[in-house]
Amino acid sequence: MSFRVPRRTIAAFLGPAVAALAIVGIAPLVYAVWKSLHYFNLTKLAQQRFVGLENYGAVLTDPVFWQAMGRTALLFLIAVPIQIALGLLIALVLHRPGLTFWKTLTRLSLVLPMATTYAVVGLLAQVMLNQKYGVINQMLGWIGVDAINFIGDPTNAFIAVVMWDIWQWTPFVALVLLAGLSTVPPEIEEAATLETRSNWTVLRHVQLPFLIPSLVAVLILRTADTLKLFDMPFTMTRGGPGSATEFIAVLIERVGNRQFDIGMAAAQSVIMLAITIVLARLYIRLFYREVR
Amino acid sequence: MAAPTNRRHAWGEGVLLLLIGLFCVFPFYWMVTTSLKTQVVALESPPVWWFTPTLANYREVLFVDKVGPALINSLIVAVSTTALAVGLGTPAAYALARFEFRGKRDLWFWFITNRFVSPVVLAFPVFLIARETGLRDTHIALILMYLTFTLPIVIWICTDQFRSIPHELDEAAMLEGASQWRIFRSICLPLAMPGVAVSSILSFIFSWNELLFAYILAPKAAKTAPAMAVTFMEGYDVPYGKIMATSTLIVVPVLIFALLASKHLVRGLTMGAVK
Repeated sequence: MSFRVPRRTIAAFLGPAVAALAIVGIAPLVYAVWKSLHYFNLTKLAQQRFVGLENYGAVLTDPVFWQAMGRTALLFLIAVPIQIALGLLIALVLHRPGLTFWKTLTRLSLVLPMATTYAVVGLLAQVMLNQKYGVINQMLGWIGVDAINFIGDPTNAFIAVVMWDIWQWTPFVALVLLAGLSTVPPEIEEAATLETRSNWTVLRHVQLPFLIPSLVAVLILRTADTLKLFDMPFTMTRGGPGSATEFIAVLIERVGNRQFDIGMAAAQSVIMLAITIVLARLYIRLFYREVR
Repeated sequence: MAAPTNRRHAWGEGVLLLLIGLFCVFPFYWMVTTSLKTQVVALESPPVWWFTPTLANYREVLFVDKVGPALINSLIVAVSTTALAVGLGTPAAYALARFEFRGKRDLWFWFITNRFVSPVVLAFPVFLIARETGLRDTHIALILMYLTFTLPIVIWICTDQFRSIPHELDEAAMLEGASQWRIFRSICLPLAMPGVAVSSILSFIFSWNELLFAYILAPKAAKTAPAMAVTFMEGYDVPYGKIMATSTLIVVPVLIFALLASKHLVRGLTMGAVK
């Protein structure tokens, strides 16, 4: 039940927050759209002029932009299924009864990676993956694998970003799925485990329907966060070598901040935002209809 | 008959838990130990696991390399934006939880969608605006921009919290003639303190971790610690020990807060996508 209160009261309570968020969240967005219609380069301010949709045309036909998009999609397509598989495994282990103390401890350790400053995650990667001084290559050496040049080789650098993304976000996926598992009514789960000895059957027919909202959430959030991904690859490789780890947000930062072409960067970010919105809506439509 | 299988099961499960724990914690172990190495030890190949630890890196980054002031900048920005978000966000959350009005769902949805907007979209227009208004390289610019994620977090978590407070209390107060503001301040807000605390911790963590806005908007005087850590990588001779000492200084407060709010961190990161 809610109260009916005078409009003035509502405005007084909501006004400040709405105004603040409009100023910091919407005004810059509008300004970005405006700038995206201009040729605007910080080093050539004299040539600033209105160009209409020219920047958008340039971005949409720019192979570099689509390569960065493709790279971002590839990262998502490789990392997220692994995160979901590992996360589900971890969630199922933690969901089982018994070993309560150790499970609490494990759950606490799972919280650490996702809270870690993303920039530091990239720095850690630099240190741990170094070909000569890195501990990961040392460990690979123990099982007889030659030292790998993770940061310097294009393919390996991409793999390194995937690995680090998996490290940071698998625990997150695991905890979201664990929360989903706890929504399964215990009596249904117990009845099912009495019926069948197969964990797989229980997962597929009893637990999975309850996990769908969590899985949709994971997909939406991982999509948004992969499109946002900047700190970790930036501190780790600066998008390199070449453009091997230049994901979409890193590309936009380079165009705007290192090439000073703010009009172009604005057009790129508006297109990226449109893609984010379309994807989020698509997910909700595809998955939530089945649940209803 | 079932006992041996169970015990074996428990062993298997224990080993699995240990592996999961190691997977999560090992990078932090390596970060801290590297921060205690001299450059000579850090550059040994293969890397050494046992060595004489030294605090020299910490002394150097804190007092020579200006990581100290950067940490203070981070602290000022994170605390101010959190305080501002709580000040603006709690009344809004109260209104969303308690009042009935048109467009409530849309407003709610708008608050939440801020979670999906990439900072890189806002960074350049804000950079231009800040340049014109003289706000570039000030704490204020960062404090305001961090509202784009701290305010939605506070609103979202506190709305949930206000909804869970029984209506009988405010109804009784209304009969006594108390104004809505009075009810909010004296009855509901004190009862909503757990939600306020959780959302403050989360917004502190997210502000403290932020890099992109900081990197673009605050290059010198207001430089925050993550942006500072990035600049270390820019030379040829990469000072591993110093980088890891800086990283440790950045990460430790966040990890403490994350453990304090461990139950709610996932809730904060999902922002309404999961109940």
